Amino acid sequence: MIRFTLRRLLSGAILLVVVTSASFFLAHLAIGDPTAGLLGDSATPAQRAALRQQLGLNRPLLEQFWDWLSHAVRGDFGTSWRNFQPVSDQISLRVPVTLSIVVAATLLAAVVGLIVGIATGLRPSGILARVLKLASVVLFALPGFWVSLMLVMAFAIKLQWFPAVGYVPLTHSASGWLRSITLPSIALALGAIVMIAEQLRNGFLEVNNQDFVRTLRARGLSARRVTLHVLRNASPAALTVLAIMFVGLLGGAIVVEIIFNLPGIGSLTQSASQIGDIPVLLGLTVVTVVFVVVVNFLLDLVLGWVNPKVREK
Amino acid sequence: MKTDANNDTPLLDVADLVVDYRRGRTTFRALNGVSVTIGAGECVGLVGESGSGKSTLGKAILGLTEVTSGRISFAGSDITHAKGAARRRLAADLQVVFQDPYGSLDPTLTVGHILAEPLTAAGTGRAEARKAVAEMLDHVRLPADTVTRYPSEFSGGQRQRIAIARALVRRPRLIVCDEPVSALDLTTQAAVIDLFIDIQRETGVSYLFVSHDLGVVRRICHRVSVMYQGECVETGPNETITRNPAHSYTRRLLLASPVADPARQAERRRSWLGLRTATGSPVP
Amino acid sequence: MNEAASPAKTAPVSAKQALWSRYLRRPIGIAALAVFLLVVIAGLFAPLFAPHDPNFVDFALTQAPPNSDHLMGGDSAGRDILSRLLFGARTTLYGAAVACLTGVVLGVPAGVAAGYFGGLTDRVFSWISDGVQSVPGMIVLLIVAAGTGADFTVLMVTVGAFMAPGYYRISRSKALAVRKEPYIDAARVAGLTHIKILHTHVLRAVHAPVIIQSALTAGIAMGMQTGLQFLGIGTASDPNWGQMMNDGFRTMLTHPLILLWPSAALGITIAALAFMGSTLADLVSVRTEPAPRRRRRAQQPSDETTSSTGELVHPAELSALRIENLHVTYGTPHGDKQVVRGVCLDVAPGEVLGIVGESGSGKSQTVFSALDLLPMDGRATADGIWLGGQSVGELPRAKRHALLGTQIGYVPQEPMSNLDPCYTVGHQLVEPLRAVHKLSKAKARERAREMLLRVGITDPDRVLASHPHQISGGMAQRVLIAGAVAGNPSLLVADEPTTALDVTVQAEVLELLRELQQEYQMALVIVTHNFGVVADICDRVAVMKDGRVIETGTVEQIFAHPGDPYTAELIKASQDDTASRAELDAAWTKAGRTVHT
Repeated sequence: MIRFTLRRLLSGAILLVVVTSASFFLAHLAIGDPTAGLLGDSATPAQRAALRQQLGLNRPLLEQFWDWLSHAVRGDFGTSWRNFQPVSDQISLRVPVTLSIVVAATLLAAVVGLIVGIATGLRPSGILARVLKLASVVLFALPGFWVSLMLVMAFAIKLQWFPAVGYVPLTHSASGWLRSITLPSIALALGAIVMIAEQLRNGFLEVNNQDFVRTLRARGLSARRVTLHVLRNASPAALTVLAIMFVGLLGGAIVVEIIFNLPGIGSLTQSASQIGDIPVLLGLTVVTVVFVVVVNFLLDLVLGWVNPKVREK
Repeated sequence: MKTDANNDTPLLDVADLVVDYRRGRTTFRALNGVSVTIGAGECVGLVGESGSGKSTLGKAILGLTEVTSGRISFAGSDITHAKGAARRRLAADLQVVFQDPYGSLDPTLTVGHILAEPLTAAGTGRAEARKAVAEMLDHVRLPADTVTRYPSEFSGGQRQRIAIARALVRRPRLIVCDEPVSALDLTTQAAVIDLFIDIQRETGVSYLFVSHDLGVVRRICHRVSVMYQGECVETGPNETITRNPAHSYTRRLLLASPVADPARQAERRRSWLGLRTATGSPVP
Repeated sequence: MNEAASPAKTAPVSAKQALWSRYLRRPIGIAALAVFLLVVIAGLFAPLFAPHDPNFVDFALTQAPPNSDHLMGGDSAGRDILSRLLFGARTTLYGAAVACLTGVVLGVPAGVAAGYFGGLTDRVFSWISDGVQSVPGMIVLLIVAAGTGADFTVLMVTVGAFMAPGYYRISRSKALAVRKEPYIDAARVAGLTHIKILHTHVLRAVHAPVIIQSALTAGIAMGMQTGLQFLGIGTASDPNWGQMMNDGFRTMLTHPLILLWPSAALGITIAALAFMGSTLADLVSVRTEPAPRRRRRAQQPSDETTSSTGELVHPAELSALRIENLHVTYGTPHGDKQVVRGVCLDVAPGEVLGIVGESGSGKSQTVFSALDLLPMDGRATADGIWLGGQSVGELPRAKRHALLGTQIGYVPQEPMSNLDPCYTVGHQLVEPLRAVHKLSKAKARERAREMLLRVGITDPDRVLASHPHQISGGMAQRVLIAGAVAGNPSLLVADEPTTALDVTVQAEVLELLRELQQEYQMALVIVTHNFGVVADICDRVAVMKDGRVIETGTVEQIFAHPGDPYTAELIKASQDDTASRAELDAAWTKAGRTVHT
């Protein structure tokens, strides 16, 4: 078990380094000369050259990379090229907002997906199962921002149940915070809910056909106890989907945040990309990939616990 | 009809074969110094239980698994490590019939396509291939319209006949038969075994017949080797092995398989219990 | 070989034409395809259909409601919405096509190679795929957009790169599954090159899943594309739906229609793709959805004669198990299929009954019905089922299930698949003892340990702590027998208990069953296809064929004087006593023919 854990941690760390390094070179190669974006079109070549000198852009790329990486491993992502504020300060201000809706959406997806999945798994040809199947087909493919727009139109503008836009910090007002993240979280979660429920329903169908379920019944176990066995066997696939969904939700949150005007990492990413603010973009990449690595690591631990065979691979 | 120019060398000669399987960090010795020979027109049985290495030996001969050490020669030439083009040339002489009648035919191809494939791969023309395929179907007693149909339209026994036709279509000198009847119903088994025997008489092909069933082996094989935990514990003529084996494992194997006669089975069970008390029985 | 699963299986798809013709029989499939084709046509011929120049600005049209000349009205810059929608379809489709193509080109060859060759190739590609999958694509897209001056094609290629893991995983798993099939080994032995094998056998199998994945991918790519355009990224000069949605979003409080049009277009297109994909997936997948569930124990079967087969030899009150005129029917997509047609049999306490037959004879279905453990799509009707001298056929399900594990023990066929892989052996033995027999935790564990010792396991503590994959097949079968007998049942039902085992293990397990049967004086019903097993352990035997009992009798009687030719044939086919090859060849030569050597 310890070896398993260490191997997963190591592989996560390698992934983090590879992805952020790739992003560094991608950003520099794609953006080329960022001074145009930073200073605007009116800047003279002399001004731009001065800025390049100041930002250290005239050094060889590898040297810049090494400089960035050696600071980054110590948690120092440099300063923004636009306002020269530390990148980590800007990101840490916005992360709670994004995490609020992403974590809320993940929890919502897990809980509702689990309930619907079990309900339809137990009655695989019932009405709920049919509705779920139709809903899962459509909702999985529809993008979160599209769903957001529809929800805003329906619940914020027509019915006026929720605020259309804006964010209330949790420290300010708990109920206000909850109301402000409800619609965005639902918009993000809908696709994940149906995917997880559908995955569980399929898992139930598959596991129910396996021989050991019949043997458990033949031992006289109650339907409830047999269902617990089935659920444990069906859950790895659903858990894997949940983890993949989490990555998707982080990306989807960017556009959803902009629609709901939430001050999360979404609008920061958008503005940073528009002017080519590389340190901020890289900081954002590192933060999101860290989240993904942590979630995948937790998933591996849970999967290893659910099905001990996984640990020995 | 092909025969060896020199009748002294056996068609297949396997000497001191060792095969290791790597599983992660540990290695598992599947075959440990096994030697077998097969003459032209001969059927040699390979009997053993799961994990005895009998299928591994077949795979090694066919080049489907790496050989760690030892030597396999076919018609006098060393094929132990034959790969690529050399291995593909062997396809003319060395063929296979697998156990699973469902998995051994590609469900998306017609039977005609499946049977012609070994020929077209070797560069035979379409018309000639079609003729050879029709001939082979006749050989395995299947109707000519079989070529346009898909494997899923046939029963297990019929599919096994198709698999035999595919093995025969290039007129090989040796066919490795890996449990070819064990997935079939008893009544079908008998018919397929008789087909194997008829074909051998008609074409003179040799068989390496891998099976766990001493009864099947008794009916079809001339000589039998008994495998146990990667080693060959006993080799001898069919009659000796299936009636008066020398090795205690073979005896246990023989006595363990129940015979379809209540009185004789009661007798056999008593002998088995006696042997078990004498040698002790490891719980599997 | 598992009889219980076979009745619902459908034939594999044998030709592409068949797939499409079946697709066109699905109403949802037709509707989705029609809608999608409509969008494609609208996009392709936008210059023909569009009533106006999509970029022409008419200030009078600014945020205008729909009218006869402008069917959808005008946007906030005064441009005709319908025309922009039609031209926008081009952009959307082009982007989705670029993304899908990139995904296929990057994902499918890598996936096929990884699945087919395995080893290092697999590890490297899988690691890359997992890596790509754990990067939030939107951020990288924004980085790419920042630099390339937001070149649309480059952006969609990047989207495609993030879709590649989907293609990779599906091609890899398909290639991996095909790689394990014996027909690939047969093709190698037949002298085919890897290239030829990949081409004829592997790509063929990957084909359909890739098309289905493309429907899904196209939808998701459209979503990401419009999302980017919504953020103001992408070519602004060409009309596109994302930019139109952004326009509508900014005026949604006052003019919601401007947002509604492009949103509806996007939603409908994506939904059409999704339904096309799911319809195809339904057709290709081997798994059949369960048929609508009907009442159990419904009316008497009407389509078949109700004549019963077999015979009852014990008084009902003195029997351990008695089945009267049992019929079992499976609902399949092609109508009902009867697999047991009027079976009667019984067994007395302390007696061993063998039910013998070849695959498909209905022998397993018969015992599952007696235990009320048929799969969901199976239905059983009987004139009467008796257990322990009591009629249980009309008992409610819960009461009948209360007999399981207490009065009846069940030993399955395949040892490994009958243990739950997620739990330890100990848990699986202890759970019923606690839940059904209400033993304390310590007592239940003690009893489980005792039972393992009884079935010949010498290190019970290690086995109790093991997971099923850590023990051998023979050991697993002993564990299952221990579990079946732990509840002291008066009837033990064993469904092919030795078929999956090696012959030496089979002898041990038969010996164990015999000992336990005598020790506990249980009635034993043993289902088998092997007349050797019957001769070894049974007192009486019922021979089944095509869902009917064709013959019953004592073992001595059946072996000495089989009444039915089929029984005689089956006994004869039990190869052990047949002439050896030497004898056969001798007879052959004697008949004047030569053996070809």
